[in-house]
Amino acid sequence: MLTRQRAEQIFEKVLKYCTAEETEATIASTSYALTRFANNTIHQNVAEETSVLSVRVVADGRTARVSTNKFDEESIRQVAEGALALARLQPPDPDLLSMLGPQTYRAVDRFHSETAGRSARARAETVSRVIARAEKDHLTAAGVFSSGATAFTLFNSRGLVAHHEETHSEFSVTMLGESSSGWAKRTSPNWLELEALELADRAARKALESREPRVLAPGKYTVILEPVALLDLLGFLVLDFSGLAVHEQRSCFTGRVGEKLLGENINIRDDVFHPLQMGAPFDGEGVPRQRVLIVEKGVVQNLVYARQTAKKVGAQPTGHGFPVPNEVGEAPVNIVMEGDRTSVEEMIRRTPQGLLVTRFWYIREVDPYQKILTGMTRDGTLWIENGQVRHGVKNLRFNQSLIEMLGQVEMMSPPQRAAGEESFEMVVPAVKIREFNFSSLTEY
Amino acid sequence: MKDFARWAVDTALVRRATYADVRVVDIRERYLSTKNGRAAQVRESQSLGLGVRAIAEGAWGFAATDDLTRASIDRTAARAVEIARASALAKKHNVQLAPEAKIVDRWEAPCQIDPFSVPISVCLDLLLKVDAALRQVQGVTLAEALMDFRRIEQFFLSSLGSEIHQVKTQTGAGYVATSFAGNEIQRRSYPNSFGGQYQTKGYELVEELDLVGNASRIAEEAVALHRCDQCPTGVRDILLDSSQLGLQIHESIGHPIELDRVLGAEANFAGMSFLTLEKLGTLKYASDIVNVVADATPAHGPGLGTFAYDDEGVPTQCTPIIKDGLFAGYLTSRETAAAIRQTRSTGAMRAESWNRIPLIRMTNVSLLPGTWKLEDLIADTDDGIYMETNRSWSIDDRRYNFQFGTEIGWEIRDGKKTRMLKNPSYGGITTEFWNSCDAICGPENWVLWGTPNCGKGQPMQTMGTGHGASPARFRKVQVGVAYPG
Repeated sequence: MLTRQRAEQIFEKVLKYCTAEETEATIASTSYALTRFANNTIHQNVAEETSVLSVRVVADGRTARVSTNKFDEESIRQVAEGALALARLQPPDPDLLSMLGPQTYRAVDRFHSETAGRSARARAETVSRVIARAEKDHLTAAGVFSSGATAFTLFNSRGLVAHHEETHSEFSVTMLGESSSGWAKRTSPNWLELEALELADRAARKALESREPRVLAPGKYTVILEPVALLDLLGFLVLDFSGLAVHEQRSCFTGRVGEKLLGENINIRDDVFHPLQMGAPFDGEGVPRQRVLIVEKGVVQNLVYARQTAKKVGAQPTGHGFPVPNEVGEAPVNIVMEGDRTSVEEMIRRTPQGLLVTRFWYIREVDPYQKILTGMTRDGTLWIENGQVRHGVKNLRFNQSLIEMLGQVEMMSPPQRAAGEESFEMVVPAVKIREFNFSSLTEY
Repeated sequence: MKDFARWAVDTALVRRATYADVRVVDIRERYLSTKNGRAAQVRESQSLGLGVRAIAEGAWGFAATDDLTRASIDRTAARAVEIARASALAKKHNVQLAPEAKIVDRWEAPCQIDPFSVPISVCLDLLLKVDAALRQVQGVTLAEALMDFRRIEQFFLSSLGSEIHQVKTQTGAGYVATSFAGNEIQRRSYPNSFGGQYQTKGYELVEELDLVGNASRIAEEAVALHRCDQCPTGVRDILLDSSQLGLQIHESIGHPIELDRVLGAEANFAGMSFLTLEKLGTLKYASDIVNVVADATPAHGPGLGTFAYDDEGVPTQCTPIIKDGLFAGYLTSRETAAAIRQTRSTGAMRAESWNRIPLIRMTNVSLLPGTWKLEDLIADTDDGIYMETNRSWSIDDRRYNFQFGTEIGWEIRDGKKTRMLKNPSYGGITTEFWNSCDAICGPENWVLWGTPNCGKGQPMQTMGTGHGASPARFRKVQVGVAYPG
């Protein structure tokens, strides 16, 4: 990976070749490796080293961006000059802002050298133990174990320097039986927190519990959503919490900010500094990220704002902007939803009839304003009766308004860091929800 | 590029790989977009690097780098072999590949107008004309338009002795009008949703699309949707326009025929397939009039799945997938073809870029045209709904239970297209749905659509796929399913 010192040298060269009024450069460097297994064998095993230089200029009220992964003198010159040439070819944007000056950032420590240096052999040894766990119960394991590191530095010609380094690791596993499956996943900056064997055990138990699934008629049911099932639904709200989305009337909260739209027990904030969160303490323009209380007692109280959006609507930037230029504006990407004290086991005990949902799959937005989502259950959908898990059921399709759903939450667990496949990681609770709408079922 | 690839293969073989292939890939992209009268994004990027795939001790390893010095390339090739040895710690059997011949060739996709030679100001002027036409219609609250150009140059070299140089240019363009009113957000897109139309050709695609000429109609429809009736709930005959049918093919035929899914390789993420091996040649997938091919050959047209050789160096082919309604073939790789004792890969392995391994990806999975004229098909329908332009799509992890929504619908009564319907949706079971197809329109309505955003694999790879289709009718389909009662 490129060091910070090397990144500074590259930025000096960019400035040498760029004659624009203002120049911004981001230098991102990644070292990443992933071991993938299926059918109880490693079938894909990859590693990559890559770095990208991205230069943005502001010239006469215009902006443009050019990127490359080549760092020789000629490539840097071409990128710097190219960005300026590209900017000059477009009409001016009266809303375009000057670049941000130097900022101070609160430190976050999310780099673990053992995770950055994890070897293919070490990952393979862990995978071998997970496969052995699968074979113990005549199951078939599939999954991934990845690890890596990223360094990111944002410079601009007004003196801003923002640097962040972070490691990342992920373990996910699907355990397949003859007629059922179970799944578990965890991500962390520190690979030691993954606890791959514990995840394998959890997925195996789900597969065994949901054997020979029965048909359940579609309809409205009480559901207990494990944290990952909730997070993959909540992911469909993050772009609606954008100030620009509301201003442009493409958010489901258009005309509804300040209204009591969700349940009294729903509180959602964005907090990059939460100990279970990941990410840099600054946004795509280098604005320090702030904690923002977005939903309080069911009312959308605050939105997030990039610099340009904030100026447009008379708000303060919150440090949630994406790199400029972009169409989207901003979004909260470090969601923390408050929970309560009820464990999943207790929720099950207090459920006369209902479903335990491990995760959802292929969630898509059906209606952008009512926020109706559709998708399927997957990898462990279990019928609860008289306070006990009784048997698995065949997977079901839901069509459910997310807004209505967040008005029907009856119980919550303490929040935990969860990682799904349809959204980025969040800190969210498991929830018990009444009248969740399932519309059809599948054969599997 | 050839020297880089040669160094890598040589190093892998010196390190006792039993097979190695290398792709050196150079991707240039230009993306231009406008929003409500202004340039929204003007950006370019270039990415050049090398990926080495190796088999050692009977297992796969892959390593990639964008540092193309000799030392880095040697280090990367050695790392691929080292990773393969680590994979061997958890192997059940040695990797076997279906045989393939050595090939030395160069192929360049036809491109009449190099999109990178068209001045950016010309492109932005066109997008801003579209934007102005959209916003001229009262009630349009957001107008967005884009153009997206990619040039992909790739040199493939393998230890079989193959040396294949391919160059492709891809172009995409489209726009969307959004209208917010009351308690609804409605959208209309042209020529397709989620980015527009994409093909393997040059700027001539933009000129063919008549972007400006359709803008007023699209904007007016977006606004009119607020005033029209909701799509009813129940069982109806439906007619799908070719773009929606293209996505239906993608989700309910294209993905389930990927043999890596069938064999479990994607079980943890993208899922598996209901098309288990015993169904090949026996499953009545669709009605007798349905014929589907996976055709990557240039003769099929300029689809996003058109090329000359896949990323394992296998020549492109036209593979029958559904023949007269019967399930006839899978998309395969050299490894999966060998696993089911087929003599050759169907040539469907593709990687997103230099830093990703090839996976089985759809090529151009297309429904062959029928004989109906669209106006005759509408005239032949007593009580149906014509649905246009995808709005949402979802299917289970075996590709069996699906649900789609479209941007707009039209009721058909007694052979006539009548009132506009908003929020149309339909759902069903894959084989039941395809067996209900009783009419397919002819070649004059057949369009080869590009799906630029198909995701698969871990780490996730995005790939462009092609889907040719003409409008078709399906009998007794559940409609209005997306809106809970």
